[in-house]
Amino acid sequence: MDERFLVVVIKAALVVFVVITAFAYTLLWERKLIGRFQARYGPNRAGPIGYLQPLADVVKLIFKEDFVPKGANRLLFQIAPMISVFAAVAAIAVIPWGDGFEIFGYNVEGVGTDIEIGVLFLFALSGLGFYGLILGGWASGNKYSLLGAARTAAQLVSYEVAMGLSVIGVVMMAQSLSLVDIVHAQADTAWYILFQPLGFLIFVVAAVAETNRAPFDMPEAESELVAGYHTEYGGLKFAMFFLAEYINMIIISALGATLFLGGFSGPFLPGFVWLALKVAVLLFFFIWLRATLPRLRYDRLMKLGWKVLLPLATLNLVVTAIVVALGFAN
Amino acid sequence: MLRLVTELDGEIIRDLHPVIGYLHTGIEKQCENKTYWQAITLVTRMDYLASYFNIHAYTMSVEKLLGLEVPDRAQYLRVIMCELNRITSHLVWLGTSGLELGAMTVMFYTYREREKALDLGEMIAGERMNTRFFQVGGCADDMPPGFEQRLREFIDEMPGRIDEYEGLLTENPIWIDRTRGVGALPAEQLLDLGVTGPALRAAGVDLDLRKTAPYSGYEHFDFQVPLGVNGDAYDRYTVRLREMRESIRIIGQALDGMPEGGHIADDRKVVLPPRGELSTSMEALIHHFKLVTEGFRVPEGEAYSAVESPRGELGCYVVADGSPKPRRVHMRDPSFVNLQALRPMAKGNYLADLITMIGSLDNVMGGVDR
Repeated sequence: MDERFLVVVIKAALVVFVVITAFAYTLLWERKLIGRFQARYGPNRAGPIGYLQPLADVVKLIFKEDFVPKGANRLLFQIAPMISVFAAVAAIAVIPWGDGFEIFGYNVEGVGTDIEIGVLFLFALSGLGFYGLILGGWASGNKYSLLGAARTAAQLVSYEVAMGLSVIGVVMMAQSLSLVDIVHAQADTAWYILFQPLGFLIFVVAAVAETNRAPFDMPEAESELVAGYHTEYGGLKFAMFFLAEYINMIIISALGATLFLGGFSGPFLPGFVWLALKVAVLLFFFIWLRATLPRLRYDRLMKLGWKVLLPLATLNLVVTAIVVALGFAN
Repeated sequence: MLRLVTELDGEIIRDLHPVIGYLHTGIEKQCENKTYWQAITLVTRMDYLASYFNIHAYTMSVEKLLGLEVPDRAQYLRVIMCELNRITSHLVWLGTSGLELGAMTVMFYTYREREKALDLGEMIAGERMNTRFFQVGGCADDMPPGFEQRLREFIDEMPGRIDEYEGLLTENPIWIDRTRGVGALPAEQLLDLGVTGPALRAAGVDLDLRKTAPYSGYEHFDFQVPLGVNGDAYDRYTVRLREMRESIRIIGQALDGMPEGGHIADDRKVVLPPRGELSTSMEALIHHFKLVTEGFRVPEGEAYSAVESPRGELGCYVVADGSPKPRRVHMRDPSFVNLQALRPMAKGNYLADLITMIGSLDNVMGGVDR
């Protein structure tokens, strides 16, 4: 299926628009849900039952002073949030959201671009995104930012490994690194969460750590490090980090849905609706965790990553490899 | 506001120096320029989360100097308000120390119940936090109509609410991991440092002034003194939660056994006459005028009395020189004394645990810097 360049551009613009809108409403949804968890209402002033709150937030952030602290490295300080946002938005490209279809005589694929190494591409981008956080923390010239950035770097290394290993099990079963193929493979058999329950658990724990969400929100532990790497950021630059964090959350939920929950496949409803539903379930889980759990201590986080998750992920991988090699999976 | 100068080796604390004084109000000194009854308003604001206990200790000292008998009903009213205050103080502690460890939902739960307790305080004392409900000689007023019923509703509801907090934290592996074994000191060392209150009782030392030196009629109540074993942050947490349950029991008993009688002593030289008499009795008007303009004179001498505040032994030392103003008012505030324990606790431990330790000691800076 060849696509016209114009189709690709329109499709990309549309998907990015949808995801950024989704970011705004994830934020609102989170605040409302946490409000309910905490026996209060959450935002309900701007617009009908608070639905214009994201707009109000964005307008507020835009009108704030564009500020660079005195001791900061100007260039890196400016670039860091852009790197984060770029990596987050670029990752959207490989998440499949539906089967191909035809419109006005043009073929449209249900994915930004179906590359052979979709999984690797995602991991590469998430690694790149962390450069934004680390550079931002370092360039701020503030000890809290630096400590936050150092923690981020350590956390990234610890959990990226376990997460990668948990995903390889899925890749082995689908015999492909392309996310579209993985979805089709699941549609042929069953959701991989059934074959890879341990892999899914490891993936979810690592995903929470990767997105710096509670209870692994060490890099921004407010009682210890003010706001971690983005202590010195304000206005639009802060908004960019925020955007990157939430888009990463959406992307990682979409990745989890694609790898373990069958992605866009499902009966009756169109593919993108299924994907959105599955992403919403995972996002709800993230938010639920944040409302319930206290924060882990930093050294425990490291121990969990290296001494628990990594061996478990390796075990899962070895067992999967043996089973696949013996041909039981098919 | 507490400044901690820490020497770090990576994330390990090598040494720690608490720097206090950022919230210094000079309340103790100001008391010397106020008459005895005016000073009540000031002392309330020292440990602002335990305002009733501040006045309680102060009025008890002044009453001791005057040799004034406080009627039983006033004693019971004081017990009710103090135990209610103990609950609100522990609720603030639970909410904020949970928040410091990232468990933010607990705070909204505890503040929801605290609001109800503060509303009760407003109902009886006219103000939510820094009331001057306790007067020299008793309490400012009796229970208003409807107060008892609302208070009973509150104490009926509260045990279930405490179960809710426990549901979030008590068996939560992360919470246990963050608090168990953190900030534990041997009981002897705690005693040497002068630590009192839940921080000491968590280490298994049975020292509660309500039991060991009963005041204000506490000997009439049946309650337990919760004790811990290890003296770590987790034990302090469980001790405080159980203390709240005991406070609820005490309030219930006080309501059931509330004696008849006046809510304040009947000594017109010290106590303001009832408002109704002012328009009919010349004598009452004269007493009122004298008390308000000059205050009452307290015979020369010195007195110390202590109460069991939510943080430990809160003592008040008053020196009187025969004038209507105290020569000296000094508070032995448990926040200040307990803060000493932070340094030995923190040495050699992780920076992240320091947050837990500060939280578990429950120091109120208003009480540290007076």
